[in-house]
Amino acid sequence: MNLYETYTVFIPGDSAAVALGANLVAEALLQEANKRCIDIRLIRNGSRGMIWAEPLLEIQTSAGRLAFACTNPEILVELLDTGIFERELDMSVAERIHPSCLGFTEDIPWLKNQNRQTFSRCGIINPLCLDDYQTLGGLSSLKNALEQQPNDIIDAIAASGLRGRGGAAFPAGIKWKTVAECSSPCKYIVCNADEGDSGTYADRLIMEGDPFLLIESMAIAGYATGANKGYIYLRSEYPLARQILDQAIRIAQQKNLLGDSILGSEFNFDIQLFVGAGAYICGEETSLLQSLEGKRGEVRSKPPLPAQEGLFGQPTLIHNVISLCSVPAALVSSGQHYAALGINRSLGTLPFQLSGNIKYAGLVELAFGHSLRYLLDQFGQGTLSGKPLRAVQIGGPLGAYLPDRMLDTNLDYEEFIAIGAGIGHGGIVVFDDTVNLQVQARYAFQFCVEESCGKCTPCRIGAKRGLDNLSTSNDLVLVEALCEVMESGSLCAMGGMTPIPVRSAIHYFPEDFTPTELVS
Amino acid sequence: MGTPPSTSSEHVSLSIDGKTITTKKGSSIMRAAMSAGISIPKLCATDSLDAFGSCRLCLVEINGQKGTPASCTTPVTANMVVSTQSDHLTKIRKGVMELYISEHPLECVSCPAKSDCELEDMADLLGVKESRFINEETQRPDHYADQKKDESNPYFTFNADMCIVCSRCVRACDEIQGTFALTISNRGIESGVSNASINFFESDCVSCGACVQACPTAALVEKSVIKLGIPQKTVQTTCAYCGVGCTLDAQLSDSNETQIIRMLPAKSGAANHGHACVKGRFAWGYAHHKDRILKPMIRKHIDDAWDTVGWDEAIDYAAQQFSSIQINQGHQAVGAITSSRCTNEEIWVMQKFVRAALHNNNVDTCARVCHSPTGYGLKQTFGTSAGTQNFDSVSHADVILLIGANPTDAHPVFASQMKRRLRAGAQLIVIDPRKIDLVRTPHISATYHLGLKPGTNVAIMNALAHVIVNENLLDTSFIQKRCDSQAFMKWQEFIANPNHSPEFAENITSVNAENIRGAARLYAAAENSAIYYGLGVTEHSQGSTMVMALANLAMATGNIGRAGVGVNPLRGQNNVQGSCDMGSFPHELPGYRDVTDDAIRASFEHDWLIKMEKQPGYRIPNMMDAACAGQFSGLYIQGEDIAQSDPNTQHIEAALSAMQCVIVQDLFLNETARFAHVFLPGTSFLEKDGTFTNAERRLGRVRPIMPPQTGKQEWQVTQAFATALGYPMHYESSAQIMEEIARLTPTFSRVSHSNLDNHGSVQWPCNNNSPQGTQIMHEQTFTRGLGQFVITEYQPTQEKTTRKFPLILTTGRILSQYNVGAQTRRTENIQWMAEDVLEIHESDALPRGIRDGDWVEVSSRKGSTSLHAKLSDRVNPGVIYTTFHHPESGTNVITTELSDWATSCPEYKVTAVEVVPANHLSPWQLKRQLKSRTLD
Repeated sequence: MNLYETYTVFIPGDSAAVALGANLVAEALLQEANKRCIDIRLIRNGSRGMIWAEPLLEIQTSAGRLAFACTNPEILVELLDTGIFERELDMSVAERIHPSCLGFTEDIPWLKNQNRQTFSRCGIINPLCLDDYQTLGGLSSLKNALEQQPNDIIDAIAASGLRGRGGAAFPAGIKWKTVAECSSPCKYIVCNADEGDSGTYADRLIMEGDPFLLIESMAIAGYATGANKGYIYLRSEYPLARQILDQAIRIAQQKNLLGDSILGSEFNFDIQLFVGAGAYICGEETSLLQSLEGKRGEVRSKPPLPAQEGLFGQPTLIHNVISLCSVPAALVSSGQHYAALGINRSLGTLPFQLSGNIKYAGLVELAFGHSLRYLLDQFGQGTLSGKPLRAVQIGGPLGAYLPDRMLDTNLDYEEFIAIGAGIGHGGIVVFDDTVNLQVQARYAFQFCVEESCGKCTPCRIGAKRGLDNLSTSNDLVLVEALCEVMESGSLCAMGGMTPIPVRSAIHYFPEDFTPTELVS
Repeated sequence: MGTPPSTSSEHVSLSIDGKTITTKKGSSIMRAAMSAGISIPKLCATDSLDAFGSCRLCLVEINGQKGTPASCTTPVTANMVVSTQSDHLTKIRKGVMELYISEHPLECVSCPAKSDCELEDMADLLGVKESRFINEETQRPDHYADQKKDESNPYFTFNADMCIVCSRCVRACDEIQGTFALTISNRGIESGVSNASINFFESDCVSCGACVQACPTAALVEKSVIKLGIPQKTVQTTCAYCGVGCTLDAQLSDSNETQIIRMLPAKSGAANHGHACVKGRFAWGYAHHKDRILKPMIRKHIDDAWDTVGWDEAIDYAAQQFSSIQINQGHQAVGAITSSRCTNEEIWVMQKFVRAALHNNNVDTCARVCHSPTGYGLKQTFGTSAGTQNFDSVSHADVILLIGANPTDAHPVFASQMKRRLRAGAQLIVIDPRKIDLVRTPHISATYHLGLKPGTNVAIMNALAHVIVNENLLDTSFIQKRCDSQAFMKWQEFIANPNHSPEFAENITSVNAENIRGAARLYAAAENSAIYYGLGVTEHSQGSTMVMALANLAMATGNIGRAGVGVNPLRGQNNVQGSCDMGSFPHELPGYRDVTDDAIRASFEHDWLIKMEKQPGYRIPNMMDAACAGQFSGLYIQGEDIAQSDPNTQHIEAALSAMQCVIVQDLFLNETARFAHVFLPGTSFLEKDGTFTNAERRLGRVRPIMPPQTGKQEWQVTQAFATALGYPMHYESSAQIMEEIARLTPTFSRVSHSNLDNHGSVQWPCNNNSPQGTQIMHEQTFTRGLGQFVITEYQPTQEKTTRKFPLILTTGRILSQYNVGAQTRRTENIQWMAEDVLEIHESDALPRGIRDGDWVEVSSRKGSTSLHAKLSDRVNPGVIYTTFHHPESGTNVITTELSDWATSCPEYKVTAVEVVPANHLSPWQLKRQLKSRTLD
């Protein structure tokens, strides 16, 4: 049974697909179909996460959705010329239809070998169709939750082993419990959608591809913790996500998924979308709260924890987009299903984002426990340049640079901490052998110089001194002394983690730091 | 102590460096350590500001916790084990200090802060002299190169080169002052203090100086410190500007002990808690102004030039004149006006001078023209002529009803405290014809602004009470227990009349009835509602009625007798409360006791060895009228400028001109001195020794920073005058005068200079019943026993708008200037306000052809004057507004002598006027100008 009628065409409206020309393909399709008097239904879905295949075009057939990779208007014309919309095709050899055809989407190994829990609907449905969302299981989690006691939901979250997906990997169950136990009549759910790390895009993908999931998840979190108001703090660099979320929130309000007595319950919950002002530091939760309060985006010291005194001084559950969007999956069978995935204390799945110099870039949702090499080999399949892989940076710009010999580390939060690295938000950037790690270490300081809020001394001045030193004397003893001050002395992870890429670059790639190798 | 004290009543014990310490729950580790004598390096922390955690020098280690948390932002928990010293911590702290020095080299020798720099102190403490992190190639960055030193503010400079970006200035502006004029702009290494304007002077900065005081380096520093060096000696005194009565530390030069370098508000000051405003902190330079007159002068006729004479000659001349007047015209033909700017001791001697040496009760004070209705109204209803609370009470208020007061301009330091409470969530109702700053200011927005028509106060207050009575929002148990029930029943019946409904009041006041209802409900429903008011209440023909209406409202809702509530007059002058307390009234002896009461008079007669006049004397307006009628010919005026400040200037001038001997005792040749025959030079507060009583009944010590520049304390002058008139006085010190005050005034019986010196300020009543003084009055019972509801029928003022005078002029104050401006105009504060301007709404201005900045003539039935117009939507159509800080403005040439029915307090706030474009000064202004020129 197919959700969409035969010959429905899917071209993602997702930012990455659009950047790669999806709108041109869509326009060409409508023009050509009009010219050829073909009755076509076009759906601008989200992205499946196969960024390497965008603009991905899919056609619904009676046997499933056929995928065409890296399309453009010319390919589209060729495709129409095959008469694909006029007759049933022989699917036995997909390439015969057109060289760009990948066969049925569901059978593409790159997708099939993933374990999509959070991204189960992303790229499949019309993001703004609430009926489609429900047909594919949407809202069942919220409906179910509204029939339970808030404590039971928190217990299930704790049982699922879900940890914060923004990078810190703090157990969600404890956070929820802390907020729920605060007696304040006014509490908030804040979604951190300030996805600023280079090499990460999972938040954007899900917000553009399955926005009701975020809304549903925030409502569940509100119900469980006793909050009636949610904010989504979205970075200003995501205009398309803003449009989609805006519409999704409006639809949700019209359909009583938000507002008073949601879905006929006694629970009131509403969401407001707030667009940031372009500071990376506002992805740090306390800076985000400052910014949301209309103040300068500047880190606040903890304690008090946001869970106790967060937005406007009230108890606030602040989570990253993926943490929240993982909630419905985590709640299945009271957390047991989710907890059965992964290893050790890293349970469930994480949407890894492959980018940089990599052949098959895109979003790969996997249960924890595979090795980093498995992820890179199985999905990335080597560098885009074809040259040997030399370094991988994992966990965003504040993550470690790892050499090939470390790639057998298992994707497990604690295993990565043990090697001085971190999985973070799951962003993975690949470099070939043309990379110079001294330049990358300088870049790490440079990034901190650009993005430090300027509040604490180690980060404000230390980053600049680090950059100056690596740019001139390259005195590694001094750099290490600086790293120590920044690591121990900084107020937040910005300054505290800047030493990670610097030290890992020096540690694993010392040859790039010898005077003769210095690149200006 | 690094961080503010915790307000918790619970305690926890913890171990710091092996020492067991018990401290209040919620304290920071830093505060706990410092209270036990363990010092922790710090730069961004100071106990006047909330912990911030930015400098990272105060890091500590805590057993069982990873990392090195900041001790300023980490609260203590029970059984916590903290180490403040370790090799790792030393390494990090030194590293942080080296980072600071890489940005801010220790060029201390040439720095104005020199020994007063916390950065230098910390570098010394950590043994850091230079930074490894900087070398020749990575020189100190020049990201401040485009930022010049900002010297625009007359009192302080900002030098970004010296700034360590600790945000203390920004936080002081936000948390202490509440102006939010400063911020940190840019981010990372580019972060810097910004005033969001071209310079400090043009910015939103109100020059309170809190940022300067908070700065740990010389980035923000007083210009006087740059010029004169770091002060070495401190004398604590009380500010001589408004009725807040801030405690100030006068900091003096080492080499010249009478040279003030700066005034710092004292943290121990119970009224100001370490804060001050642009006047108190900076505007004291008038004491050394060249205009100051330091030698006595006399002249036969007011058109003559002055003769400088010795003290004896001046006093003999004055005594001879007063004696001859009394001989020729009777003993009632002379009198005196005491000054709210003088000390209690000086005022006491003045009123005693009148009663004992002039043998009459012709003594009045400038409170006549400001808060006399407060004294009358609160005495009638509660039994005491004073506000009910201390200032700190506002921190417990949930709803603040602010009427006819503009605290951010006139009582800035209290306004900051009020704003803190409002930012914490208290709600605000403003009743004022004008949109004062508090109606909408950063992070504060009044829930209701009832912008009533001037002169309709009582109508709106009755309407508020009507809602409370008719919607049954009364606190009946309070009323039954604490108030006179018969009076209440009568009042209830009166107020329930539909004539007092909000709908009815809407026609009178132009305020929407629903808003009146909303405000009434808000005031009545809150746990703690407090009323604060100013001259917008008292300076009306129904000023006393209005004060009683406020008292009625507070009693009806049970908002009396505890913290967070009350009826609080914001008194204008530093010692206006004291001047009233000291018996500067023709009908009352010190302590508000009736002069016609034989027993009370007897107590004074016994002590002073005189026979006292039973008949009450003249009030100021009576003196003026009597002078015009030729029945009053000698007036001794201490520190008041009635020719500028009192209404209907031309009448005052006529009265003064008609007198045979006008004696002015003042710092400067003020407007009144133009009509004087004897000028006795006065002393500034920097020379005085005594006490001031602020608006919360608090007596604070005024200590001399220098000997009197005139050679005599003012009470010595009055004493000599009394002696010359045949009533010898023998005080040897101000403290001795206070002994007499305490002896003869029951509410002051435990007050003495030595008590104040030993225990700090005290709020009266301070006697055997409450030896520590009284913070909040009427806690158990009212002073008069049962609270008295009074019928408050609204009577429109006789000052009516007509076709000829269609607009209403109302008057007020601005932040930088004080009253008639005699002092503030002689300081750099003049830079903020060169002249009085006329605020007028566009819809009144345009039809009259008036544009912003035009000269306009304002005329009333009494006179006219010319001012520059300023188009403003702060005033409603039909209402215009101005100030009277400058004598040449002649604002009071226009005001009328209509006054409060009970106390004769002038109706400054309502004058019917017309405004027309003008190209000339008014006749009065031209006359004044001519006269000033001939005198020059």
